[in-house]
Amino acid sequence: MSPPSKPSFDTAYNFAYLDEQTKRMIRRAILKAVATPGYQVPFASREMPMPYGWGTGGIQVTASVIGPDDVLKVIDQGSDDTTNAVSIRKFFVRTTGVETTEQTETATLIQTRHRIPETPLREGQILIYQVPIPEPLRFLEPRELETRRMHALEDYGLMHVKLYEDISRFGHIATTYAYPVRVDGRYVTDPSPTPKFDNPKMDNMPALQLFGAGREKRIYAIPPYTEVKSLDFDDHPFELPEWDTTCALCGADDTFLDEVILDDAGERMFVCSDTDYCARRRAPEAAE
Amino acid sequence: MMNMINVQGVSKSFTLHMQDGMQLPVLDGLDLEVAAGECVALTGPSGSGKSTLMRMIYGNYLCSAGKIRLQHGGAAIDIVNTDPHQILEIRRLTLGYVSQFLRVVPRVPTLDVVADPLVAAGSDRSTARETARILLARLNLPERLWSLSPVTFSGGEQQRVNIARGFAYAFPVLLLDEPTASLDADNRAAVLELIEEARHRGAAILGIFHDRDAREAVCTRSFDI
Amino acid sequence: MNMQSKPLLIVRNLSCYYGSTRGCEDISLDLRTGEVLGIVGESGSGKTTLLKAISAQLEPDSGTVHYRDRRNDSIDIYEISEPERRFLMRTDWGFVHQNPRDGLRMSVSAGANVGERLMAVGWRHYGDIRDEAIGWLERVEVDGDRIDNLPRTFSGGMQQRLQIARNLVSRPRLTFMDEPTGGLDVSVQARLLDLIRNLVGDLGLAAIVVTHDLAVARLLAHRLVVMKDGRIVETGLTDQVLDDPQHPYTQLLVSSILQT
Repeated sequence: MSPPSKPSFDTAYNFAYLDEQTKRMIRRAILKAVATPGYQVPFASREMPMPYGWGTGGIQVTASVIGPDDVLKVIDQGSDDTTNAVSIRKFFVRTTGVETTEQTETATLIQTRHRIPETPLREGQILIYQVPIPEPLRFLEPRELETRRMHALEDYGLMHVKLYEDISRFGHIATTYAYPVRVDGRYVTDPSPTPKFDNPKMDNMPALQLFGAGREKRIYAIPPYTEVKSLDFDDHPFELPEWDTTCALCGADDTFLDEVILDDAGERMFVCSDTDYCARRRAPEAAE
Repeated sequence: MMNMINVQGVSKSFTLHMQDGMQLPVLDGLDLEVAAGECVALTGPSGSGKSTLMRMIYGNYLCSAGKIRLQHGGAAIDIVNTDPHQILEIRRLTLGYVSQFLRVVPRVPTLDVVADPLVAAGSDRSTARETARILLARLNLPERLWSLSPVTFSGGEQQRVNIARGFAYAFPVLLLDEPTASLDADNRAAVLELIEEARHRGAAILGIFHDRDAREAVCTRSFDI
Repeated sequence: MNMQSKPLLIVRNLSCYYGSTRGCEDISLDLRTGEVLGIVGESGSGKTTLLKAISAQLEPDSGTVHYRDRRNDSIDIYEISEPERRFLMRTDWGFVHQNPRDGLRMSVSAGANVGERLMAVGWRHYGDIRDEAIGWLERVEVDGDRIDNLPRTFSGGMQQRLQIARNLVSRPRLTFMDEPTGGLDVSVQARLLDLIRNLVGDLGLAAIVVTHDLAVARLLAHRLVVMKDGRIVETGLTDQVLDDPQHPYTQLLVSSILQT
């Protein structure tokens, strides 16, 4: 092992951009969040070099837990190569110099927007979600004071009212993403705008799940091996969505498929949203 | 026979604050007893306080002085000194009052107006309605009116509903204020029959009858205020 | 109407002040199971303040309110914790506001409005919730077909009946009503009063009804409390207070009713 020489990141900034005091503050919030699974912990969200709505919450959480030996994967809607994923990954490379990867298995930290990787995560990994609106009750109860009380008093009748309304209007629960869950039998939590297809992955996950909302200034967490149950009714149980077809590229029949429009004639194909998973199914020998 | 109503030293005076606190004395030191099986006629000129006394016995008017005892649930209860809940219970199970006017609750059909006191006393609705039907038939109220609210009835029709309501449940004590007013001869006879039957089953009845014949037909004695 | 001997609600020496203005002062009253108590008085008499204070919505400056719960324990409603109080308000108690919009969720359907309390106490079967909601809608004379309609499509009288159904679904033992027929047309009022009267009788409900309308009081209440300037000036059986009023203010109120 070679002795550490000059640092491999841009020293105009502190390691991972945030100053150490801020990281400490965020880590304290994370600890509190882990101790109260699903509970939204307020934190002093900093001004980041990108505007709100671009993942500042997730970035701040990642910046607070990342160390020089971490291996970082960043995905956006399941893909490693969208503009946002690439930008965020570059941001961390510049400010930390850490190794990055597209392979779910080799990552130690995974920052994600709107999807959970298809490859099951393992102990020791941390999944960091970017969250726009952390409050699951917000659209039914606009008052912050009231929603805080509802969480404190476990007064969640209103959440089921929303699901009831869906069934009465559409015949089924129409929520397809950001489907509310009950964490550890206590707090009702917004899983972030991940598709409901991903909800079961959250249940008893061996990895630590952290959620950061920059604009709303909230952090919450789901510790490893925590029960996460999707809300439903006894006679309208939570169901996974299904597709009529399989992935056009790798043939998988158990992943979340994206619909890709191919031409102006309306030709379309369905492919795995998780690009890494799909690629490795197609070329397992090429795995590093 | 047992005294069901025992009025002792009862006085009543109205204070009219709207008229500079003018005092209106009506009754002074009245004593009266009514035993089970009696039908006592209250007599006296208009304004002498007959209706007032009745209302006091019913708990509708307060007493300025004295005691009014009623036999209820095996004990003598003084209306003047008891709490409102007790009075409500007495009105439900022991003391019936047929006033001169039917207070109409909108939308309640006649049949139920008559059946309600029976239901309040513990009967089920269908049995109570059966009894109501029989009574209304006896009082010659046309069947087509039974499902209507008495709001649009004539004075005589309302009076008959009032009577039926008062006699549906076998009250041990009955107060009747002009029960035969605005009734024709046939209906008057029917009402007098009801009063007589009540008296025979042991009810204690206190009544105001302007009609001398009616008074003499059913009352066992008179009391002049 | 069967009343147990121990009161359901005991209010003692209750006072509420707005700064130096007296909201209500030294109020004491009892309420029994199955009893309807009317609080009458004109605007500014303090009756709404009193109602809020005894229904745990406005903490009084002095005095106590004790409620006898389903296990027959007497609880001081301002001494228990906030979660316990909210639970009580959601299950044992009901509150019917004068303006139904204050007591309904206008953005969800009638069925959701009625079913909310059920869902809040753990009902998790959609079909059962819906059946129960339809049952209650019909009980308050709203067509079951309207279960999926939003409250804004209902008339004022229907909204008020919906509010009542929303409250009664949890079978409360005590319901507070603030001018329940205020602002409604006379014929609509009559229908609503009839409904309330029947429900109170059928369900053995205890209720406290605040009203400035003596006709409403006479129809619904067993006992009355007359308020003026924040104090109780007279109390007694409804028919006695209205037919033989003792206090000058009560006499003024009674004599002011227009005869039709």
